Amino acid sequence: MSAAATRNPAALELAQRHRFRWWETLPWLAGIAAFFAFPNYLAFGSQLLIMILFALSLDLVLGYAGIVTLGHAAFFGAGAYTVGMLAQHAGWTEPLSGLVAAAIVAGAIGLASGLVVLRTHGLTLLMLTLCTMALLEEAANMASHYTGGFDGMPGLKFAPLLGWFAFDPLYFRSQYVYTLLVLFACFVLVRVLVYSPFGQSLTGIRENLLRMHAVGAPVRARLVIAYGVSAALAGVAGGLFTQTNAFVNLSALGLERAAGVLIVLILGGYGRLYGAFVGALVYLLLEHTLAKAYPTAWQIGVGLMLIVVALYARNGIIGIGDALLRRKGGAR
Amino acid sequence: MEQLLGILLGGFAAGMVLFIVSVGLSVTMGLMGFVNLAHGGFAMLGGYAIVLSMKHWGLPFFPALALGFVAVAALSVVLERLLYARLYRASELDQVLFTIGLVFVMIASVTLAIGPETQTLALPQWLRGQTDLGIIKYRTYSLAMIVAGCVLVVVLWLGFERTRYGARIRAAVDNRRMAQSLGVDVGRLFTAAFAIGSGLAAVGGGLGAEILGLDPQYPLRYLVYFLIVVAVGGLGRVNGVFVAALLIGVLDFVFKIHFPKGGTLFIYALTLVLLLWRPHGLFGKRAG
Repeated sequence: MSAAATRNPAALELAQRHRFRWWETLPWLAGIAAFFAFPNYLAFGSQLLIMILFALSLDLVLGYAGIVTLGHAAFFGAGAYTVGMLAQHAGWTEPLSGLVAAAIVAGAIGLASGLVVLRTHGLTLLMLTLCTMALLEEAANMASHYTGGFDGMPGLKFAPLLGWFAFDPLYFRSQYVYTLLVLFACFVLVRVLVYSPFGQSLTGIRENLLRMHAVGAPVRARLVIAYGVSAALAGVAGGLFTQTNAFVNLSALGLERAAGVLIVLILGGYGRLYGAFVGALVYLLLEHTLAKAYPTAWQIGVGLMLIVVALYARNGIIGIGDALLRRKGGAR
Repeated sequence: MEQLLGILLGGFAAGMVLFIVSVGLSVTMGLMGFVNLAHGGFAMLGGYAIVLSMKHWGLPFFPALALGFVAVAALSVVLERLLYARLYRASELDQVLFTIGLVFVMIASVTLAIGPETQTLALPQWLRGQTDLGIIKYRTYSLAMIVAGCVLVVVLWLGFERTRYGARIRAAVDNRRMAQSLGVDVGRLFTAAFAIGSGLAAVGGGLGAEILGLDPQYPLRYLVYFLIVVAVGGLGRVNGVFVAALLIGVLDFVFKIHFPKGGTLFIYALTLVLLLWRPHGLFGKRAG
């Protein structure tokens, strides 16, 4: 670090912003504590962790690279179906390698579609992401011989994890720990990525496309790579979804899922690492308690929430927290 | 020959409904660049107003259509002034979120107030049965739909090409800032276009209830179709929307007959290819 950087507080903060902060352990400690505190809710916990991972993958493209997509469930579904089809037809039931396969397939679809789709922007881009997802959904519906069509593939069997930990939907404990560990690994990857020069250039592209072109950044390549990585992560989330629920059907690919993850991310706050955590927790808790009892009222609630967030709270719950903290700090 | 004609007529009828609903969306998106995913919601609300006012108040067909148009146009002006107007300068993402939220509220409100079941349009006597066209007999209702769409496109074309108001809209779609600096009040223009577009969507929702169906999930089920029509046709292009709607209507009809399973696959694939080939649509301006 140069002498100037050590003296200037702003430069110091900039140079140290990737450093680990103590409160970053809190979500993980909470995740471990939940394992002991709520042994009856671990199935819900696993779904929560999967949602966090999915929202995190969306954050990479939407929050950091600024690509507005309505079709992110395409990659979730690709991963989910990869794991499901491998287990059903190829007898490939080993969980970890199944996730790797899901990541590869979803990542490849992400790279391929990104190469084509990311040449456009605005409404056209929105439409193309939507069409890609709809295309995959229709394909999964049509190829019923392989995918089970509308009914999907129920009752999949998976081998014990590492040949040791049994893995049915009945074994919530091993599922929860497994999901938590996968999420942690993926989170570390995303954290490294967004603080790297690569991540910085993504933010640059989001903030000022023309200037990034002008300074000679390979904009298209960066965006496509980010899209591919994000797709692979979404694929891992999808693979986990299939493994923990032991089924997969068309709902993994639909507009509803794509909109759901968007809502989760926006609610928590996009373009920040922990938005996905807060958003998924709040959204799924509310859904768990309200949606079953009052599904219609819940839909109105989600709608109003979206309207309010779009109009008044663009940075989500974490953004509101930030603003409160800053106000308090300013008053002092 | 007869079969071919039958398929064409059925496709045209569906395409006309798509056109009537989507044309307003195209104009408002072209004018303000506002990504309005709630447009189908206005069509649904209008459809309900039309169907229910006929069923419960015994309104005749045309007054019910007029009522649907006026009620939804009025509602859309209120929403536009109160909410949409705040987001004109916001990012696409905020507009998408806001309008998705609005769709959710509309769907859930209708489900709560009226119920989740499908509504059927009680057609007046003269629209029922079949009409003999000489070559084939075809559903009178579908034929009436085609006539209505053709009349509408002529009226809109005249309005766009032959009136001062239309000229202002065309100018604002092509270059909003230039139009503004020449003294066109784009804000007011937009409010008016938004109201008329939503009103037309309402009429389309009611008229098309026999073809597209009408239930609370309507706005989300057809969202992709409306967007495809607008994106393929080109933003703010009435003729483009007309051609795109007919194209999608006929192709959808053909594919659904010949490949009943997953026929929509071709529509999505075609849209993908078309938009990659011409990102601004078939009739849109070439360079942004």
